[in-house]
Amino acid sequence: MASFIVVKKEDLEKKQNVEPCHTLRCLTSELGCLTRQDGSVSLSQGDTTSLAVVYGPAEVRISRELIDRATVELVYKPKVGLPRPADRKREQIMKSIFEATIITNLHPRSSITIILQETEDLGSNLACCINAACLALLDAAVNMSFMVAAVAVSVADEGQIKLDPSKNDEEKGRASITFVFDSVDLNVVSIVTSGKFSQIEYKAGLELAREASQKVFQFFKDSMSRKLIR
Amino acid sequence: MEKHIGCLVMPGDVLDCIKPVEENKKVILGPGLIEDGNFIKISKPGILKFRQPGVYWIDCHQKRYVPAKNDSVIGIITQKPGDIFRVDIGGSELASLSYLSFEGATKRNRPDVKIGDIVYAKLLVANKDMEPELVCIDSHGRSSGMGVIRKGGFLFHCHINLARKLLNPECVVLKQLGRRFKFEIAVGINGRVWVKANNEIQTIAMANAVMASELMNNVQIETMCKKLSKVSSGIDED
Repeated sequence: MASFIVVKKEDLEKKQNVEPCHTLRCLTSELGCLTRQDGSVSLSQGDTTSLAVVYGPAEVRISRELIDRATVELVYKPKVGLPRPADRKREQIMKSIFEATIITNLHPRSSITIILQETEDLGSNLACCINAACLALLDAAVNMSFMVAAVAVSVADEGQIKLDPSKNDEEKGRASITFVFDSVDLNVVSIVTSGKFSQIEYKAGLELAREASQKVFQFFKDSMSRKLIR
Repeated sequence: MEKHIGCLVMPGDVLDCIKPVEENKKVILGPGLIEDGNFIKISKPGILKFRQPGVYWIDCHQKRYVPAKNDSVIGIITQKPGDIFRVDIGGSELASLSYLSFEGATKRNRPDVKIGDIVYAKLLVANKDMEPELVCIDSHGRSSGMGVIRKGGFLFHCHINLARKLLNPECVVLKQLGRRFKFEIAVGINGRVWVKANNEIQTIAMANAVMASELMNNVQIETMCKKLSKVSSGIDED
């Protein structure tokens, strides 16, 4: 049951300020939150929440049909209004990530559709979306060659690196980087950056994110075991 | 080796303990396991299962049906273009069913099948590159329980995992319900279940009982069935 807690803005800011900068925010998920889809999940990372659903392998439109592999489609729906160019770009980035993870040649002439709905963006939204989509694919039991986990970092003006930044950190910071890792040997699958940062800052952020990604993979495993082992 | 069996495995995990080719031993890989060079990789999240002599598979919860050969499925006739019927079996494309693959059907004596009918059929061809093909006869030309279901009743969809559970001969819910009620049931491995009882109320009760049993253990199922029989006999209506 959903419940609301009233928090004063000053209290919230105070709380956010004392949070250590080398930990991930709390991860929570609800698998199978919708019934009609093949896989669905509502994932929240701290206060950032997104809803991901997966259909597939399902029928595909003739114009998008590929005879040797499945078509991966990804739709990103912002909280308000229509998708803008920035959202379209995000769609393309995520689509290319999931085309690499899904074993598409097992289901030729079919489509695997991922739909992402932003429900609350309070920092690290792209990372939250990628993690939610990966968990939804796991829920739908789509064949994947590896899992992916995304972790965002932000670089403050003084060069301090904050893991899993909040909206406030992202806006104040000089740069923000989202790393996507694979589950096999934690190699980088994709990087999305914005802003200016040095090579040293990048490397420090990468190591920090790599360590944190293990926690995300552990979280995926725990979520699935809650669903499968009763 | 044994340490992995019955455990949760995730996509990307490597099972280095199973070798694709062992000496004098054949290994059969089921769904969710992929041979990759010298290793066996996992492609689906689930529980690793093993059966003698060398069959491995992943038991996972999924809703979408992927056609496999020799599966018994329940389909809905959706189109009738010419000599074949197009049947929706829940996979990624419609399956085809020839009008000659019914018991006693000849070119002159066509079976009476309409759009919207429910058929219980077996998959003759199921290949990722080809359209699935259904038949309603066995290799001797007999129907052996397959064909059009046209006695009324109720069709519902469920998880494939529940359908597999119902098809298990040891299934508790069907045994318990069968001891107390008179009803017919047809379960397709594609997650479609057809039920029919004496009247509509009982049919719905049976369907609800089957659907509710998915998340119950054996003791809970027994209690539910007892309650259900009490309510339907009118002895205990508090």
